[in-house]
Amino acid sequence: MSQTITRTEGATPETPVPPKGLSDRARSERRLGWLLAGPAFGLMVLITGYPIVQAVFDSLWDYRLTDPSSSSFVFLGNYAVILSDPIWWTAFAVTVGITIVTVAVELVLGFALALVMIKALRAIRPVLRAAILIPYAIITVVSAFAWQFAFSLDSGFVNTWFSWIPGVTADTDWFDGTLSPLFVVCLAEIWKTTPFISLLLLAGLAQVPEVLQEAAKVDGASWWQRMSRVTIPNMKAAIMVALLFRTLDAFRVFDSIFVMTAGANNTESLAFLAYRQTISRVEIGLGSAVSVLLALSVLLICLLFVKGFRVDLSQARGE
Amino acid sequence: MASIEMSHIVKEYGDGYPAVNDVSLDIADGEFMILVGPSGCGKSTLLRMIVGLEDITSGDMVIAGNRVNDKAPRDRNLSMVFQNYALYPHLSVYENIAFPLRLAKVPDDEVRRRVEEAADILELREHLQRKPANLSGGQRQRVAMGRAIVRSADAFLFDEPLSNLDAKLRGQMRTEISRLQRRLGITTVYVTHDQTEAMTLGDRVCVLRKGVVQQVASPRELYEQPVNLFVAGFIGSPPMNFLPASVQGTALRTPFGDIELGEERAQKLGGHDLLLVGIRPEYFEDASLVDEAKKPHGATFTAQVDVTEWLGDAQYAYIPYDAPPEVAEQLKELSRELDSDQLRTQAVVSIDSTSRIREGREAEFWVDTRKLHVFDPKTGENLTRDAEAGRRLTEMAEEDRVDQVERARV
Amino acid sequence: MSTRERTLWIVVGILIVVYALFPVAWIVSLSFKSSADISNAQFLPTEFSSENYAVILTGDASSLFLPALVNSFGICLIATAISCLLSMFCAYAIARIDFPGKRVILSTALAVAIFPTISIVTPLFNLWRQIGLYDTWPGLIIPYLSLTLPISIWTLSAFFREIPWEMEQAAQVDGATPWQAFRKVIVPLAAPGVFTTAIIAFFLAWNDFIYGISLTSTEAARPVPAALGLFSGASQFESPNGPIAAAAVIVTIPVVILVLIFQRRIVAGLTNGAVKG
Repeated sequence: MSQTITRTEGATPETPVPPKGLSDRARSERRLGWLLAGPAFGLMVLITGYPIVQAVFDSLWDYRLTDPSSSSFVFLGNYAVILSDPIWWTAFAVTVGITIVTVAVELVLGFALALVMIKALRAIRPVLRAAILIPYAIITVVSAFAWQFAFSLDSGFVNTWFSWIPGVTADTDWFDGTLSPLFVVCLAEIWKTTPFISLLLLAGLAQVPEVLQEAAKVDGASWWQRMSRVTIPNMKAAIMVALLFRTLDAFRVFDSIFVMTAGANNTESLAFLAYRQTISRVEIGLGSAVSVLLALSVLLICLLFVKGFRVDLSQARGE
Repeated sequence: MASIEMSHIVKEYGDGYPAVNDVSLDIADGEFMILVGPSGCGKSTLLRMIVGLEDITSGDMVIAGNRVNDKAPRDRNLSMVFQNYALYPHLSVYENIAFPLRLAKVPDDEVRRRVEEAADILELREHLQRKPANLSGGQRQRVAMGRAIVRSADAFLFDEPLSNLDAKLRGQMRTEISRLQRRLGITTVYVTHDQTEAMTLGDRVCVLRKGVVQQVASPRELYEQPVNLFVAGFIGSPPMNFLPASVQGTALRTPFGDIELGEERAQKLGGHDLLLVGIRPEYFEDASLVDEAKKPHGATFTAQVDVTEWLGDAQYAYIPYDAPPEVAEQLKELSRELDSDQLRTQAVVSIDSTSRIREGREAEFWVDTRKLHVFDPKTGENLTRDAEAGRRLTEMAEEDRVDQVERARV
Repeated sequence: MSTRERTLWIVVGILIVVYALFPVAWIVSLSFKSSADISNAQFLPTEFSSENYAVILTGDASSLFLPALVNSFGICLIATAISCLLSMFCAYAIARIDFPGKRVILSTALAVAIFPTISIVTPLFNLWRQIGLYDTWPGLIIPYLSLTLPISIWTLSAFFREIPWEMEQAAQVDGATPWQAFRKVIVPLAAPGVFTTAIIAFFLAWNDFIYGISLTSTEAARPVPAALGLFSGASQFESPNGPIAAAAVIVTIPVVILVLIFQRRIVAGLTNGAVKG
């Protein structure tokens, strides 16, 4: 049975085209959004933006604060000086070394700590939680002092306690030389920031569904197989974010070095080098250039993680 | 390939609450056993004790002749399909199915052979490279099953695998699972709260309530010869009607009139004053549509019809009746246990869809009195149960099963 | 849980507590060693002495230490208060209003947080000297905002995202005015988040070292970590280690107490801010 559908004359009006752009309400919402968020955003950008612009500018001049009248525009001359100076490269090596060592150890230790916290008896969890937060709450400088004093010749106890290790005697000066003070620096950094990493990892660990572990158990997986094939792959996002933040933090190490060695004997980090140039030696031009280079390195690392390892920051942004 | 024998299994939690209370159950090699019951009855706990994810407080769990109480799940050689499938989100379908084989360090070409075989059986071939997040519910379910069948496990365990699917898909997957089990012939233990799944899938069904086994029998036997009130009310949809009754000589006095029982059955009921008679909705009929030859096997009565529902292939009529308050209380208690809502004392009857019975009017009904059961309200026991008939039904089912397994294996 | 497992957990727990408290215990012990005892090369003092505390609280070093305490408290509190206020509005907008640039703001916060402090210090050092903010409280409060604002915005946004905003509408349907709804429903829900963010931001500011040593020269504005760090440079004492330890203890105690009281909140805040969930 066929039917013909007759069209009534002029019956179908054109569907109204939505007005271009936003409705008034949406527009005023946007305005409100920027009004509320503006001050915080603006202040942040200003406080960081102005100095970095200024630093870039300053780095192009040969500018010594003690003799401002003789400053001259050297364009990239400061950078050439720095990058060809072994002091820069030593500091770079020290910084990279500290970063790699501390981050690697903290990742393993922090993971172990996270595992303990997630499996711990209900009764001791508050104790563990409080214990974990104490290193986080201690001022970095205080922590640096504590570790320095422990290892120091005149007030420390490490030499007494560990004299059974070959190479350690009552007179071992841990702060003489390059590697041994850096070792103490690493210890201090690791002690202080491992708990923070373990918290980040704990959050990721808690998000792996329990039922996957059960399924893996039934499928025949041993503890290690479950960890490596099920848990860790599903924690990748959390691990990468933790890794990123810690690496960026470690790269900027300053406080411990200042307190323990004041940069002596080639133990300077990049941040310390920048400080020494700018504040101690008031070589504004050179110091600014070091600062800029440091900032660029940090940005590079960040880019490497986000683009290279495809770290998903949207999780961290809470999307 | 293995049999599972559970003897006096008990699971007690810290506060002394027995989630599983002295369960003894034997599952034959190749049998499809269903564990069914309302939520909280202990069926999932029992399943988890079989696979080893829960500790057994006391009792013996014997699989393939070995006592496995202390064995870790990975040493029991069992496969499990979880309710939420538990697919590894970071692995492809291929790798998900291959997971147990990789753990056992099976060589790559062997892995490929077995994974592809499983994929063929479950029609997953084109999806092997996809990730679980991109699959539909039914596909994910099949991947979970693939992971289970790819090992040569001694038994399959299913924990409510269809409860996350929509109704239509559930029906399809039910037949898939049934077909699969027949083909592979592997001992299967299947947990569900849905009595339709229990009835259609199982060789034998174990009905659990509050951790205690109520009855273990073929679906037919459970349906026709339930052992107590709970089983009778749980199995069958719409559920059995329970009417208050008392014995008057050799007849049963019910709100719908007297039902003649006969000497034999009336004797079994002696000594009880208040009873519950259970009649399934389908044993009723519109009196005007009943075949003359059948009529003598039942009784007719008139009743007021409250509501009717016409469904195309069937029609339901709701007939209210008066019940003494104690009985009303008890019926409410019973319906609460069976996880259903019962707001009024009314009987649900299933009548032919061509019946012209109308709402709000009186109508004449016929009930097949051969098929009713009488229960003791205090203990719930079925007083008119024919154990012999029931046993025969289960026997026949077992013979059927063995026969089917033989033919499938050939 | 078998007794063997239980003892294992207790042992593990003790180990972790020892790990966390060991340096703290060491510093405390050191602070009780008299200056003659300092080099006893032992963990514990041979005899408890409160000499160091006297030095820093009432003695020679008190003119350096006490003002530093005041500076730290004042500057950090003000910086925290300002950033809490600003980030509250910002986080509210991010959580509730759909406007372009949300991601920009959060990404900027992240970028500022990871930016090397020293890179910001060098130009500020020069500028502050020129406009007279060197060695003043505002001269520190402003850069401290670059420490506290990003983490405040980040953490508070995460907190505010968790608030069920429909409750405000439900309250209005129930008869509350918008202001009442806000006050009685939203504020109690938001308060813990703001509080936790304030604590975390305060810690960050309290912990600062670089700004403190670079942008100050006297006790007029020098905060405690900087004062501590420069004690060792001062040649006034025989061995600065004792007084430094005492000062460190005094500075650490309030922080430890805060942590112990608010540990659950802080953990929630830290993990919300960095990783979702």
